[in-house]
Amino acid sequence: MLSRGPSNTTFLKQTWIQRNLHLDETLLGPLLILALAGLAVLYSAFDQNIDAINRQIIRLGIAFGVMLVLAQIPPTTLRRWAPWLFAVSVATLVAVLFIGVEGKGAKRWLDFGVFRFQPSEVMKIALPMMVAWYLSRYPLPPNWKQIAISLFIVLVPTALIIRQPDLGTSLLVAASGLFVLYLAGLRLRYMIGAAIAIVGSAPLLWYFGMHDYQRQRVLTFLNPERDPLGAGYHIIQSKIALGSGGTYGKGWLNGTQSHLEFLPERHTDFVFAVLGEEFGLFGVILLLLLYAFIIGRGLFIAVNAQDSFSRLLAGSLSLTFFVYIFVNAGMVSGLLPVVGLPLPLISYGGTSMVTLMAAFGILMSIHTHRRMWSS
Amino acid sequence: MSTHTSLQDRNRETRIFFGRAVVAGLVVIALMLTLVGRMAHLQIVNHQHYSTLSQQNRVRVVPVPPTRGLIYDRNGVVLAENRPSFRLVITPEQVQDLNATLTALGEIIELDESDLTRFHQLRTRQRRFEEVPLKVRLSEEEIAALAINRHRFPGVEVRAQLTRHYPLGEEAVHAIGYVGRINAQELQRIDRSNYAGTTHIGKTGIERYYEDRLHGKVGLERVETNASGRAIRVLERTPPIPGEDIYLTLDIELQRAAEAALEGETGAIVAMEPSTGEVLAFVSNPTFDPNLFVNGIDIDVFRELQSDRRRPLFNRALRGQYPPGSTTKPIVALAALENGTIGAEERVFCRGFYTLPGQDHRYRCWNRSGHGATNLTDALVESCDVWFYEVAFDLGIDAMSSFMEPFNFGRPTGIDLIGESRGILPSREWKRQARGEGWFHGETIINSIGQGFNLATPTQLAYSTAIIANRGYRVPPRLLLGSRAPGEAKIQPVDPDYSQPPIVLQNPAHWDDIIKGMELSITGARGTARRISRNLSYTVAGKTGTSQVFSLAQDQEYDAEALARELHNHALFVAFAPIENPRIAVAVIVEHGGGGGSVAAPVARQVLDAYLLRDENDAE
Repeated sequence: MLSRGPSNTTFLKQTWIQRNLHLDETLLGPLLILALAGLAVLYSAFDQNIDAINRQIIRLGIAFGVMLVLAQIPPTTLRRWAPWLFAVSVATLVAVLFIGVEGKGAKRWLDFGVFRFQPSEVMKIALPMMVAWYLSRYPLPPNWKQIAISLFIVLVPTALIIRQPDLGTSLLVAASGLFVLYLAGLRLRYMIGAAIAIVGSAPLLWYFGMHDYQRQRVLTFLNPERDPLGAGYHIIQSKIALGSGGTYGKGWLNGTQSHLEFLPERHTDFVFAVLGEEFGLFGVILLLLLYAFIIGRGLFIAVNAQDSFSRLLAGSLSLTFFVYIFVNAGMVSGLLPVVGLPLPLISYGGTSMVTLMAAFGILMSIHTHRRMWSS
Repeated sequence: MSTHTSLQDRNRETRIFFGRAVVAGLVVIALMLTLVGRMAHLQIVNHQHYSTLSQQNRVRVVPVPPTRGLIYDRNGVVLAENRPSFRLVITPEQVQDLNATLTALGEIIELDESDLTRFHQLRTRQRRFEEVPLKVRLSEEEIAALAINRHRFPGVEVRAQLTRHYPLGEEAVHAIGYVGRINAQELQRIDRSNYAGTTHIGKTGIERYYEDRLHGKVGLERVETNASGRAIRVLERTPPIPGEDIYLTLDIELQRAAEAALEGETGAIVAMEPSTGEVLAFVSNPTFDPNLFVNGIDIDVFRELQSDRRRPLFNRALRGQYPPGSTTKPIVALAALENGTIGAEERVFCRGFYTLPGQDHRYRCWNRSGHGATNLTDALVESCDVWFYEVAFDLGIDAMSSFMEPFNFGRPTGIDLIGESRGILPSREWKRQARGEGWFHGETIINSIGQGFNLATPTQLAYSTAIIANRGYRVPPRLLLGSRAPGEAKIQPVDPDYSQPPIVLQNPAHWDDIIKGMELSITGARGTARRISRNLSYTVAGKTGTSQVFSLAQDQEYDAEALARELHNHALFVAFAPIENPRIAVAVIVEHGGGGGSVAAPVARQVLDAYLLRDENDAE
């Protein structure tokens, strides 16, 4: 039984900011520190070009604004909206396939004249909301039928985004949906079964399902150094940048790899290498600690959420945030194949930052709209 | 469901979720530690290694461009080769004061305005730390002067490079084509890795069509460079694979004879071997020097070429579309014989003009006084238009155009060059689609003499003549004789394309009927091409054509004297020889040349003589 009687307020200790602004200071603080650190790194990566920094500050302002707005919307409302938001997102993804605008060889945007809209970004939030909405209608853990329907819900937008093609985003979208399933209590044996099925079918696909040129592409994808003039060039240069940074780095604004322009994409996907070159392992660990703290706080919020929908959504958003970091840092350090994902809150660019901050807005809303239980 | 079980469920769900969240948190921590471990491996364990690469100015991967394949004619005469040349390059990032350096260099060697403009243009397009050429084709003296002063100019280098050269200059340009600097558009099309060290690419002709074979595969060097960017040593080298050498079907001696025969005229000649489709000569006149284009053509020279009214850059043999005029008459006659419209000996009375039933518009014969009673042979020999008007009216446009189609009118021949025009084979269907109009009888009439909507390229005319020579067997024209892979001694020949179904007549004797008419048009006393019959030592079948550029009013006379040259008729001639065993089929067009018999036929005779009598001359 729920009640909001004033006599129970002592149950739930909330600060003034949490009560009135629906913001969570514990999450907001590290996010702001990250944003400031990102500006410092970008200032160096842009050869001290202040115009670019100003543009980034405006984007950050917008992103934090979106966070503030979403934090005001109670989770119950979000839950009501989930199926509609998902339906609209799928529709716009389909629209992109037909009337999308091309850029850099991929069709990702819808052009509304004044601005360009990227439906796959919205899907990063709409999909986990949808799966969480669906699964939270039944008792957990889900039975096999509910699992199958959830997988279908994940598959549709993922396939649409792969078609654009946008491997990085489709990976994130799929992961955000699968995390919900995992958090809902998907049985261990199903997960092991799926893993075995994937590993087992790979050789079949390799030997019977692929053309020779496709195999070559996969090989280059897995080991970019096969193609030192093309894809491998990025990795070679970014490893040199990181490695030459050493323990404490070459110092802010002193990275030779980035300033002599050996390092490609140094403002966007490879900004991590600039940080690693100039601030060394020390800076890298500090950054990863910040990220770890944010993820930890996100999981804490999830565990303390009061209904299944909020729990599943908060948990999935936090874990998806981790995927960003792991894939980006893994790529830059040559641990993972090259997949174009930005480093959250550091990379130059606005679109994915807005989505990220929207996710944090949702986390804050979940945390600050909790109600009191009466016994 | 009671509150109790519901609460129990909730507790269970909370427990499950908590467990899952803890496991996820642990996995996150484990993966974070993996990242830290990886970073520590790079930044502490291998720090020295990467530091060396970074500090002492890194290992650079330098692409080594492959050597472009050579182009030969069928007898092994070099048509395109690579010559060493020296050029001055600058790496702008390594120069302290670029303007001062340019000024100082200008005092040592001659740098003109166009060198500097091009340098600044290229500089904006180049990637950082790449060399930008300042001056190409340095002379011996300039190389020496630069060598002495080298210490003064960090970032300035003299580089040896192979440059494409066309030793025959203006000859066979429209077949061979040329290479030029890769432009932004081409950059989108090519495989950038493979062209990383390549500066030039085939722009037209064979150079473009067989670009993939000629280019080869890029090699690379890992080079250790010092602080100023100069290469110190090569650490590792993957050699490039040179492109294939290409042998063309062209016979350069015949090509030369053909070009000489067309000297001073604008026009085209295409000669081919009917049995194999091998193109022996491919002439478009006037022509130009392809070497001008290789290292970036001077803008004034290019403007001059482009604004030349005779259009030397235009490939007439491939893209020029002309009304074929009477040259298509043998095929129209064949259509009439095959359709039973008329017999070979049946006569039509020519009184100098023809009128459609119920109309008074006069369709004129070129001979205003008329040819009298004319049979098929006479009609071909004297090119009597009225015979064709009558026959065409009975035959109808549908039968005519469907019969002509397999002779490859109205579609590309498929010759191995890019940008071939398709010409026009008029038909009811074509007119409905192209013009949205119905067909008129009058159009059938003029269609029969190759006027009206009819358009054909010289390549198409040569091919259709070859099909007649082969009596229906169709082997499309091509320029590639064979190719030789790098390091191989043997030439890999290309097989002729025998995939086209032949044209089979109901009565094969009809071939003899039209070929006889074509032969007599040269050897006959009244033949339109009789002036080339003197001292013929082989048999020839041919057909003249004169196509109108300018339509005359009903009562007007064609008066060459009074008309501007641009309005003069085109002169055409198609022929093959020897008749018994055709070795060559040729199509000649002389733009605004006047009469086919008087102008184009003698040109064709020179080409035929050059080819067929050469062995005899050699023997003498």
